[in-house]
Amino acid sequence: MNVIELSNVSKTFTLHNQGAAVIPVMSDVTLSVVPGECVGLLGASGAGKSTLMRMIWGNYLAASGRITVAGTDVARAEPREILALRRERMAYVSQFLRVVPRVPTIEVVAEPILLTGTPEDQARDRAAALLARLRIPERLWQLSPTTFSGGEQQRVNIARGFIRQVPVMLLDEPTASLDAANRETVLSLIEEAKARGTAIVGIFHDEAARDRVCDRMIDMARFAA
Amino acid sequence: MNPLFSVRGLEKRYGARIGCTGIGFDLWPGEVMGIVGESGSGKSTLLSCLAGHLPPDRGEVIYDGRDVLAMSEPERRMLARTDWAFVHQNPRDGLRMAVSAGGNVGERLMAVGARHYGDIRDTATDWLGRVEIASDRIDDRPSAFSGGMQQRLQIARNLVTGPRLVFMDEPTGGLDVSVQARLLDLLRGLVRRMGLSAIIVTHDLAVVRLLADRLMVMKGGECVETGLTDQVLDDPQHAYTQLLVSSVLQV
Amino acid sequence: MTAMDAYNFAYLDEDTKRMIRRALLKAVAIPGYQVPFASREMPMPYGWGTGGVQVTAACLTPDDRLKVIDQGADDTTNAVSIRRFFQRTAGVEVTEETEDATIIQTRHRVPEAPLQEGQIMVFQVPIPEPLRFLEPRETETRRMHALADYGLMQVKLYEDIARHGRIATAYAYPVKVEGRYVMDPSPIPKFDNPKLDDSPALMLFGAGREQRIYALPPYTRVESLDFDDHPFVASKADHACDICGATESYLDEVITDDQGGRIFVCSDTAFCRSRQEDRQ
Repeated sequence: MNVIELSNVSKTFTLHNQGAAVIPVMSDVTLSVVPGECVGLLGASGAGKSTLMRMIWGNYLAASGRITVAGTDVARAEPREILALRRERMAYVSQFLRVVPRVPTIEVVAEPILLTGTPEDQARDRAAALLARLRIPERLWQLSPTTFSGGEQQRVNIARGFIRQVPVMLLDEPTASLDAANRETVLSLIEEAKARGTAIVGIFHDEAARDRVCDRMIDMARFAA
Repeated sequence: MNPLFSVRGLEKRYGARIGCTGIGFDLWPGEVMGIVGESGSGKSTLLSCLAGHLPPDRGEVIYDGRDVLAMSEPERRMLARTDWAFVHQNPRDGLRMAVSAGGNVGERLMAVGARHYGDIRDTATDWLGRVEIASDRIDDRPSAFSGGMQQRLQIARNLVTGPRLVFMDEPTGGLDVSVQARLLDLLRGLVRRMGLSAIIVTHDLAVVRLLADRLMVMKGGECVETGLTDQVLDDPQHAYTQLLVSSVLQV
Repeated sequence: MTAMDAYNFAYLDEDTKRMIRRALLKAVAIPGYQVPFASREMPMPYGWGTGGVQVTAACLTPDDRLKVIDQGADDTTNAVSIRRFFQRTAGVEVTEETEDATIIQTRHRVPEAPLQEGQIMVFQVPIPEPLRFLEPRETETRRMHALADYGLMQVKLYEDIARHGRIATAYAYPVKVEGRYVMDPSPIPKFDNPKLDDSPALMLFGAGREQRIYALPPYTRVESLDFDDHPFVASKADHACDICGATESYLDEVITDDQGGRIFVCSDTAFCRSRQEDRQ
């Protein structure tokens, strides 16, 4: 039973204002992921790893093909259907934390489960537990993450990504800029998610991390356009 | 579940000039739609037609199953006072400057029959708190408020009757950047918490990125691209959208 | 040729009276609604009761008995002038007794003696539009009346309470007629407002300068606007009349010397005098 299924997906960028430059990125992508499986994307920079992930997230439009995620065809769905998918069934840990000024870290982390109706105190407790596990000092929890270091922001991002238990997770370089101890924590989090039946697509430049959590690797060169 | 607000084939012309044309969309409960475009794109004309301020030349506007364009003026006014709200760019257009803050917030309640002074005042105080205006300013006139405070007061005045659909015209236009940030944060919280549907017209892409679920890009009176907000901003397909997005200076 | 032959009965020509009567009929048909009418040039300036005079002129018949009061008194300049005007142009009988009058023209007061069926009260009105000082645009106030959009009026009362702790309007206190139109009862003290409610008399309101007529047919529901927790109170000075001893009539405060001396006397002179006569 595939939780993620892509068939005949292609992507081309057309830059109308730069001489109508056409940049084909990938074509005829077919791949599927079952619950509890972690698939790693491999390829040189520019091969389309992040692009593919963003297409699964619904952030980039597929030029053709079908992308079915936890029951929703992302390539064809209405905005509100994609938002519902993201809210209820899919998490995305990107490389960058986009923050709203003024919102304290603990609320940034708790927000995804607050939105789905978890009572405030419960949500905060879970956020606190994750932040503690990722070694973010408690004195930082009431501050907005805008002034944090890259590594700290990354860990806040991860906490926010892992606070819900969802069937699909997309992880873009989750262990980048982390020290050994925190890297270990993140890998444990991934293993716990897999054990719960989460289907994961990830990009890992770190070979050791790849070897540890990925069940399969897919080389983007296969889909080069 | 049906869409809350449906528009089909909306057109408004000024003589031979096109204000807006061929506009159609469905808005669902709890959905926030941004309409972006530069000056002259037709976005303000469109908003005026949608909110019932300007009669369109062609097209259909259905709210909650009711044909808005076929409504009598009393019906439309009642709608504007209860289920709908309109936040003007300039708060002076949306407030009574000679009436106290409490009176401004309480007016919509009184207009639909509230007759208990104590309750009205309590509700007004509550709402001032929600928009982060100190409750001891309830008897001050808006002319004594800063621009940001006036805008927050306008928002309170509009939301006090629990509308389901809010129209906003450049809600952060003319405000200082730090004030904008605070206001956007407030709007975001209120919209989410109250489950509001909203249509926000703006030329500021940061506003839509933060507030809107979906986006409509206007140029020359037409919608050139529409879709999920982050998709339209991160993977723009139309030439004009690409130009718009790439023109935004990164700080 | 007598002075009376030089004028048509009650000064106005018959066509003008007919025009005013048509406006009055419309006004009576829609209680509290301001009917525009073509106000005429009268032999007194605007601001001196031309609206009231035109309405009285249109209603008068030779058998009527006319009373004219100004702030409750029959003997002040304006009351005397207008009464003499009608004596001269209509030759009607005049009286100072409220109970004996068939038509009573008044500036800014309702008599203390209860009115009866068959009597007509004619009020002189300066500004007929109750919303005027809140919304200066005529186009807007007309729309507000048409749509029964009176939130602004209630806001004004709210502002009063916020600023003064109570509704500060003491005269020209706005009322709601038959649950529909908000009306300015003319600058009568709010003490007189209850007298408008369910009255056996016909009440007509004329604004000459503003060119509006409105009416309250007999037995019309008239409610003063208020809040549930700040109800309307028909208040007056907390004194008895220093001349006749009445405790229930509206009082004028009269300064008697420059030491702060003052007395309170009934504003309704006829009422006060009849009470004095009764005591003797």
